[in-house]
Amino acid sequence: MPKDGSSFSLDGQGKPLWLALELTYRCPLKCVWCNNPLDFETYTKHELSTEEWKKVLRESRELGSLQLGFTGGEPMMRDDLEELVGYANELGFYTNLITSGIGLSEQRLLKLKEAGLKQIQLSVQSSRGALTDELVGAKAHEIKIEVAHMIKRHGFPMVLNVPVFKQNVELVEEILALAEEIGVDYLEFANIQYYNWALLNREELLPSLEQLQAAEAAVQRARVRLGKKMTIYFVIPDYFEDRPKACMNGWGAIHLTIAPDGMALPCQESRVIKGLEFVSVRDKPLKWIWEESPLFRKYRGEEWMKEPCRTCPEKEKDFGGCRCQAFLLTGDASNTDPCCSKSPHHHVIEEALKQKDAPFRVQRPLVKRMPGVASVQFME
Amino acid sequence: MSDVAEDRQLSGKEQPRLNPLFMFRWEESQNAHVLLYPEGVVKLNGSASTIIGRCDGVKSIDQIAAELKAEFVTDDADIESGVRQFMEVAHAKGWLVV
Repeated sequence: MPKDGSSFSLDGQGKPLWLALELTYRCPLKCVWCNNPLDFETYTKHELSTEEWKKVLRESRELGSLQLGFTGGEPMMRDDLEELVGYANELGFYTNLITSGIGLSEQRLLKLKEAGLKQIQLSVQSSRGALTDELVGAKAHEIKIEVAHMIKRHGFPMVLNVPVFKQNVELVEEILALAEEIGVDYLEFANIQYYNWALLNREELLPSLEQLQAAEAAVQRARVRLGKKMTIYFVIPDYFEDRPKACMNGWGAIHLTIAPDGMALPCQESRVIKGLEFVSVRDKPLKWIWEESPLFRKYRGEEWMKEPCRTCPEKEKDFGGCRCQAFLLTGDASNTDPCCSKSPHHHVIEEALKQKDAPFRVQRPLVKRMPGVASVQFME
Repeated sequence: MSDVAEDRQLSGKEQPRLNPLFMFRWEESQNAHVLLYPEGVVKLNGSASTIIGRCDGVKSIDQIAAELKAEFVTDDADIESGVRQFMEVAHAKGWLVV
């Protein structure tokens, strides 16, 4: 959900303006870059009930949340999605559905529209059916394209979200043509971020700098050609930048995510950081969790920063980057995001980029997101 | 957004309306009007929301400026150029379409 292309013209003033509800981690697809936890299947039996989600919506709206994303997993897997959208709409949220399109029938789309859904973000992985189907581990491409046309037919604003990696980065031109044909309003090329399944498959997914530059040039040509017909975002992957992304606009600043089991998270990945005490909305009022809990205060503001962030003139711009990435790649979440060239750990990024092009490198099969594929109990 | 034109100067005869993808409403927690749209939130100041609230696709820019002149007693030229300027910015940002 974090996007560099997002327009944060409104200062959060300490409010969780953006609320993401991960309704479920269940999903019919097996995407190899999925950002859900490696043990996603263990969450199913703890999913919040309809009434519990409604309580979250009420509490978050009281805290000043405005933008709401229903995500997952695949949110269409929840039978109560329409009811939750309707409830959120009544509360005054701007409701967004973030979906793979699988399970989005015309009947359900009509019900969602009736419930007041405002916008749909649909993921599409390539312009070629066989490639999409291989990458997501299911016969999905044709369904996605049909769903895209259906969404436009029913007059929804649509963001087409294209996760970008080595396997599709050279298809940007074709994908642009596809988006134009469908008539999408916003096209977002989101270079994937490397957490969970994507991190597991990183070596096989990382594109090259040359591929990214060519893709960005194609996007630039399309922007000139299409003008305002389509807004195109191209989010540069932080591995190739000198400075880290301003992740979530800072920890506990404007973003709040609720996981399927009710844990309140500063971002969707934050559970990868070991040693944090997560609190469930089942146990505490959301207001306390957001404002007072040690978890949300831990990396809020600048107090927690070490060098080189502490004295860096750019700390107000990027907030030291991503806490999860700092943890995953340096072992300490309060370190500078290693994507920053000022980080003493920056070499781990350079090595990852070198590794994928190393001579005699053994190619690895992509690990598909499936239950039981990854054993995580040794990672504590 | 096929009806969104390129950045340009607007004539007083044009009839702006809110981009159909956008939602414009009062937000109590901000004590202000806000624009909500895919991927974004904008908090509007008083004059911006007064103008946007009148962009119904029927009234022309000249009519809106005249209405505001009648409503707020201030220097006429200021209001006219202020409204025009705001409309052009809002149009360039894609908030308003004509």
